Amino acid sequence: MYKYFPHTEADLKAMLEKVGCKSLDDLYAQIPEDIRFRGDYDIPLSASEQEVRQAFQLLGSKNHQLVCFAGMGAYDHYTPSVIPHLLSRSEFLTSYTPYQAEISQGTLHYIFEYQSMMAELTGMDVSNASMYDGATATAEAMMMAVAAGKKVNKVLVSGCLNPNTFDVLKTYALHQGIELEVLPIREGSTSLDDVKARLAEGGVAGVIVQQPNVYGIVEDFTGFADACHEQKALLVVDSVAADLAVLKTPGEWGADIAVGDGQSLGIPLSFGGPYVGYMCCTEKLIRKMPGRIVGKTVDNRGQRAFVLTLQAREQHIRRQKATSNICSNQSLMALFVTIYMALMGREGVKEAAERSYAAAHYLCDELQKTGRFQLVYQKPFFNEFYVKYDGDVDTLYQRFVQAGILGGIRLDEGILFAVTEKRTKEEIDNLIKVAAL
Amino acid sequence: MNNRLYGNLIFELSHEGRRGYSLPRNKFSQYEVPAELRRKEDAQLPECDELTVVRHYTNLSQNNFGVDSGFYPLGSCTMKYNPKINEEMAALPEFQNLHPLQPATTTEGAQAAIVMLEKMLCALTGLAHFTFKPYAGAHGELTGLMVIDNYHRSRQDMQRKKVIVPDSAHGTNPASAAVCGLEILEVKSGADGLVDLEDLRRLCSECGDCIAAMMMTNPNTLGLFERQIPEIAKLIHGCGGLMYYDGANLNPMLGACRPGDMGFDVMHINLHKTFSTPHGGGGPGSGPVGVREGLQQFFPKVSPYHGNFAVMLRALAYILTLGRDHVKEVGPLATLNANYIKESLKDVYELPIDGLCCHEFVFDGLKEKSTGVTTMDVAKRLLDYGYHAPTIYFPLLFHESLMVEPTENESLETLDGFISVMRRIAEEAKADPDVVKSAPHQTPIGRVDDVLAAKHPIVTYKQLLNDKD
Repeated sequence: MYKYFPHTEADLKAMLEKVGCKSLDDLYAQIPEDIRFRGDYDIPLSASEQEVRQAFQLLGSKNHQLVCFAGMGAYDHYTPSVIPHLLSRSEFLTSYTPYQAEISQGTLHYIFEYQSMMAELTGMDVSNASMYDGATATAEAMMMAVAAGKKVNKVLVSGCLNPNTFDVLKTYALHQGIELEVLPIREGSTSLDDVKARLAEGGVAGVIVQQPNVYGIVEDFTGFADACHEQKALLVVDSVAADLAVLKTPGEWGADIAVGDGQSLGIPLSFGGPYVGYMCCTEKLIRKMPGRIVGKTVDNRGQRAFVLTLQAREQHIRRQKATSNICSNQSLMALFVTIYMALMGREGVKEAAERSYAAAHYLCDELQKTGRFQLVYQKPFFNEFYVKYDGDVDTLYQRFVQAGILGGIRLDEGILFAVTEKRTKEEIDNLIKVAAL
Repeated sequence: MNNRLYGNLIFELSHEGRRGYSLPRNKFSQYEVPAELRRKEDAQLPECDELTVVRHYTNLSQNNFGVDSGFYPLGSCTMKYNPKINEEMAALPEFQNLHPLQPATTTEGAQAAIVMLEKMLCALTGLAHFTFKPYAGAHGELTGLMVIDNYHRSRQDMQRKKVIVPDSAHGTNPASAAVCGLEILEVKSGADGLVDLEDLRRLCSECGDCIAAMMMTNPNTLGLFERQIPEIAKLIHGCGGLMYYDGANLNPMLGACRPGDMGFDVMHINLHKTFSTPHGGGGPGSGPVGVREGLQQFFPKVSPYHGNFAVMLRALAYILTLGRDHVKEVGPLATLNANYIKESLKDVYELPIDGLCCHEFVFDGLKEKSTGVTTMDVAKRLLDYGYHAPTIYFPLLFHESLMVEPTENESLETLDGFISVMRRIAEEAKADPDVVKSAPHQTPIGRVDDVLAAKHPIVTYKQLLNDKD
């Protein structure tokens, strides 16, 4: 007996008798003896709860707790206390995908709210129930664009896309037989002329751009959607969710598909996951969208109810003809950002984004004032910016770490700093002091 | 809904001017986002105070059913207990505050945790290396197939694009193969529910040099151990293909048999099944992919960082807790529980294939078919009695599939309770079929109109408002 196994000796005896076996070993009579595992697994002996905790504390103590000025897809925004409390409600935490709608209204209801909020944030018509993360959501958008196109398999990708996202796109594209073409970087942005020229060559299913782009720059996508639509290509805009509270939306740019990571809506960094990907699109494309979708309906008592819908797109019905192999969403993390947006509300999401913008601009100005940092591109940026340092970056980086600061991310020859509303003036001033040494 | 007020959407609880957040005083008010960058209209998010938000989601949770609420015998999903200590460990700030791109010298503890988990999974499966990049089971399948595709490409064996799957396979298998640019060949099941070796031999001789892999679960989706697995592996390897193990049914193999020893080359594990991390209403999961020595260089980059790290920490806590002395009890106890239910109900429910099962088994509906009570009705009636329904209408081999997986954590009393309710429903089906056909009666909502939802999709609050006009 062990704490997770309730079987007493008497239980075992009675149950084995019922199933006609003499021992637990007999239950596996079908397994050929030469492949039975009879030894001991090479793992440690069981640990008490206290010992587990000690083991994790020991591991945890080997990580440095740094004040985060890093971004590049993962941002250190503030998490309201309410969220982890509600997320740990075990009716949410320990449930499966809401197949049985009658006892899953909690999950279905919040997914409907999530879809509504993401559609609002992105300015799009509809949203799915969430995806794994921003990079895979972008890969799904790439495949969706190719599937929606007629016998075209080329996708244009902005050179200012996060290289980590691009790597994931390349992986999916290789196996899907999709041809990726990278658009050149023009002064830290994507150029409409390049897009038009490549589209004119024909065979393009979609164009993927990022907002703000990997350099933190807020790009101007005027004319992109028209150019795409003239050539029957789809425009995919990959955005940092939190920034859309303020920035012109993918919907306003005329995007057909809006994707990105929702991590910036208060989700802890957690060394890279779990986060939540989002995907929204125009009403016209809803039946081509991958992933779960929750819709409103009624029950047989005439009450409003929510249910998984449009399942004819999905793998358990369509098998190899499905729109994607995805058979879940990132439900609990969708709940996370739903509660975040419910708490922050219309004003709060804006205020957090504006504060992040302001703090980043303060840091950028002050760093440039030291005379040692120079913005690489003179373009509007949001809460992340790309600078060159005139000294040895290794030494600088080391100095940051010694001062307990995660001083941005090194990207090519420069450094990418990100600031959120969570960073205090003292923390920012401390970084500037260490940087100026 | 059972609670009218909280049947509302959060948008319907919104009042202009209410606030549910607080931010520090603004120290940088001199910087403002220029108008030309801004969206025209604010996102129409709700405005609520903190308590309204807390009550709303607390009440929503009460319209849900989790493993902590009651017995959840959902076949093929391994709804085992999700230990609380795992949650606590995953939430430690020393891990939660780590940025995925911070310098390796500052994340030694996190890396050590990953290495530790990898070693444990290798020991438990008999494979040599794992990648943790896949975020879920389906993502793991795709990753594993990419490994296989990359392997064949590296050998210039470009025509190997066919993946053999049993006709009992989960729909995700063919869908993952399609996303990977591969095609499916279905191999038949015999009357015993196992892979038909003759049919497999035929496929191997007809298109042996096009076979990239065979993909299977073992035990299969009927809960039956494919005892010819060494021969199957030999056949596939013989024609140059690789063996892919879908880890969906790994749980009963803990303490019994390792995929590596069965002859598999590549596999994925659902940490959210076998290693007790919570399903979270449909995610986040984690689908690490393991390979034999020599295949690790083919791991693709299917996600940017280290996978769902916090989920991995939970699995690590679970394996540390069970240790080598108890992890081997998982499979036998899960198997015992499943067989106990099967033997206790097979006189009233149709058991198409008799004999020992592993962690799960499939009934083909009620034995007595004349009442017209379907598997769907039985499932819905179970909800009335406070049980989650088994998986229904899967696998597709039978018309009235009812797939039961109890897991190792359930006590004899829980199983007996479930058995007596299942028997009672069988009685009701004869005595009062309408009460079963119209179930559920005790749940917050009754049966829903799926057709309406799909025909006239309303998937956002804005659409819902417009629909009312």
